[in-house]
Amino acid sequence: MRLLLAALACGAVAAAAHGDTVMPVEPATKSYPTRLSEYGLFQTGTSKPNPALVAYTLNTPLFSDYAEKQRFIRLPAGKKIAIGPENGKLIFPDGTILVKNFGYPDSKGALKLLETRLLLRMNGDWVALPYVWRGDGSDADLKLAGARIPVDTVLADGRKVKISYAVPNKNQCKLCHGEAGAVVPIGPRLENITISSGYETLFPERLKSRYGSFDWRSDPRASLNDRARSYLDINCAHCHNPKGSASNSGLFLGRNVTSAIELGIGKRPVAAGRGAGDLTFVIEPGHPERSILLQRMKSVEPGIAMPELGRATVHAEGVALLESWINAMED
Amino acid sequence: MSMRITVIAAVVAALSSPLAAKTIPVAAGADAQTRVQEALILAKPGDIVALGAGRFTLTDGLSLDVTNVTVRGNGAGNTILDFAGQLGAGEGLLVTSDDVVLRDFSVENTKGDGIKSKGADRIVYYNLRVEWTGGAKQSNGAYGIYPVESKDVLIDSVFVRGASDAGIYVGQSRNIVVRNSMVIENVAGIEIENCYDADVHDNLATRNTGGILVFDLPNLPQMGGHNVRVFENVVVDNMTPNFAPKGNIVANVPTGTGIMVMANRNVQIFDNMLGQNGTTNVMVVGYRFPQQDAKYDPVPRDVAIWGNQHEKAGWDPKFPGGEQIAKSLGGSIPQIFWDGAGGDSAKPYVGDLVPVLNLGLADVKAQPENAQPAIMQPWITSVEELPAIILPETMEAAVR
Repeated sequence: MRLLLAALACGAVAAAAHGDTVMPVEPATKSYPTRLSEYGLFQTGTSKPNPALVAYTLNTPLFSDYAEKQRFIRLPAGKKIAIGPENGKLIFPDGTILVKNFGYPDSKGALKLLETRLLLRMNGDWVALPYVWRGDGSDADLKLAGARIPVDTVLADGRKVKISYAVPNKNQCKLCHGEAGAVVPIGPRLENITISSGYETLFPERLKSRYGSFDWRSDPRASLNDRARSYLDINCAHCHNPKGSASNSGLFLGRNVTSAIELGIGKRPVAAGRGAGDLTFVIEPGHPERSILLQRMKSVEPGIAMPELGRATVHAEGVALLESWINAMED
Repeated sequence: MSMRITVIAAVVAALSSPLAAKTIPVAAGADAQTRVQEALILAKPGDIVALGAGRFTLTDGLSLDVTNVTVRGNGAGNTILDFAGQLGAGEGLLVTSDDVVLRDFSVENTKGDGIKSKGADRIVYYNLRVEWTGGAKQSNGAYGIYPVESKDVLIDSVFVRGASDAGIYVGQSRNIVVRNSMVIENVAGIEIENCYDADVHDNLATRNTGGILVFDLPNLPQMGGHNVRVFENVVVDNMTPNFAPKGNIVANVPTGTGIMVMANRNVQIFDNMLGQNGTTNVMVVGYRFPQQDAKYDPVPRDVAIWGNQHEKAGWDPKFPGGEQIAKSLGGSIPQIFWDGAGGDSAKPYVGDLVPVLNLGLADVKAQPENAQPAIMQPWITSVEELPAIILPETMEAAVR
């Protein structure tokens, strides 16, 4: 098996130079490359992306403890992305790799990568794998069980971050990326994605006209409600939807939800435990201070904090946005 | 050994261990988090993850997403998963795959729930201990054992102590058996919520706030809880003051409640030993919070209570207006009470030879201050006992 994998890995590296993609994975046995370099995504011994990686950004990204993120799509040669029947859903061809780097500035302000998460499209399904970079940045190693990395750094805006940064384990990847038991991407949706210039032809025609349609932080065309709903959609709805990990809560926060009670307005908690604390409603209009949703966003304690994974700091800007949103709701 | 026995042994071995199934041993010791989690990820269907004796010090939640895996310890007293230093995740152990057996280990001091299984059909919880070792505290996690959105659930011979919501909580599931278990010092001992077809029997629920709850709540994907049998349990001395965070539904459970039914249809409570519950032994009530869910019925219907053995109850009723009602009835309220929700057509059948209080609040929007308490006249009806819950044979075999 190792021999076969090694051969596949060599094939991948060789193919990478020609812009082709070979997945160095044997899906039937679930043997995954133990080193990130086996995929040929980055230039040897570095974290510099190979030319075949297409960079993209998201209008509204998922908050991850203020980590800086770099996102890339690696498409098989000659393949394109399609739009699915569900509004906004992108369909990636088999062999696609979605690459997401996470890191913080080092003492000189340069980005130091901590981990790279991959979503591999194989046989119509996605597989999520976490790789943790070595201290010297030469390669990253597969950590199926996740990891904790102490982070003590100063962000670009001067803010200090000192946390135990959590690299999710393979199952936790699926908890957020899960939809009815299958793994799906979260951020790269039609309305949320902007790809680097020069690569537009990889995408459906319709995508181009929708570029940059939305950014909860700064889009002047978006109303407070639009921005809040956009934030909830990306940060919460991957679990809080009828097919997601929080389906049993009956609290659904996707952008297309129209029912007030499903959105949490006047909704009593069901299995919130300590997350509810002394509060009665998920959202109490006009009263962010009495809304469980805000209470859980402002906590970093496991058992209370939402999202449950990937957050050891409070997202001050997100909290401020949703406080304004709930404040503006009529009593 | 005779030939016949050898052959049978070989057949049993073949049946119980699928081809190439293996045992993955994991010992306690350094870096337990990574080693246990890797074993849970790398296990293949049919495998056994065998946790050794000792204390496993964990820093994060654990999770299992592989079907047909057994996670087995060296005994609930010997193999301890210690989550006191947990930094993340909403529970200690999360199972999201089908046909999983969890047995013979303990989970201590998780920050959120103890063991949760979601969408995990045919799950077996056997001979487990889930405990917050400091006893009843509001800062404890919510649920001890927490299967949700699952079909076929077996919880057998578990012990749960200290849950700030429910020790054993089964939510939005169907075909459920909870038996031979002990729940102490939780807010709710056992709670069956928004479930279809459940048997809760041969359990001991004591020193909780409420012993056994059968609830149905609005605005959830699965509603209309029905067909629940609660029988041959011992539900005594549930007098621990309610310590749930106030926003939780169980924060409304009056201290001193034995068995409580809220909403639901076809609930049968029989042959239990009930007593020393200061509010009442059996309470049947409507869901009285404002709600506008057109698909939800807040009224408990077709509740039948018979054959139970009652000891003293009702000397310190902790529901609004309870004290005055007790006074008007000579100092305590009866061992069984119904709030009157739904009126005569929803009246529970009671065969027990104890007085039954009717608060007369037919309208679920009416407040307890408007109660018209009266002792119910006995009435006779025919009750067809619900059939026993039958679980797939593989599940029963896993606990033999």
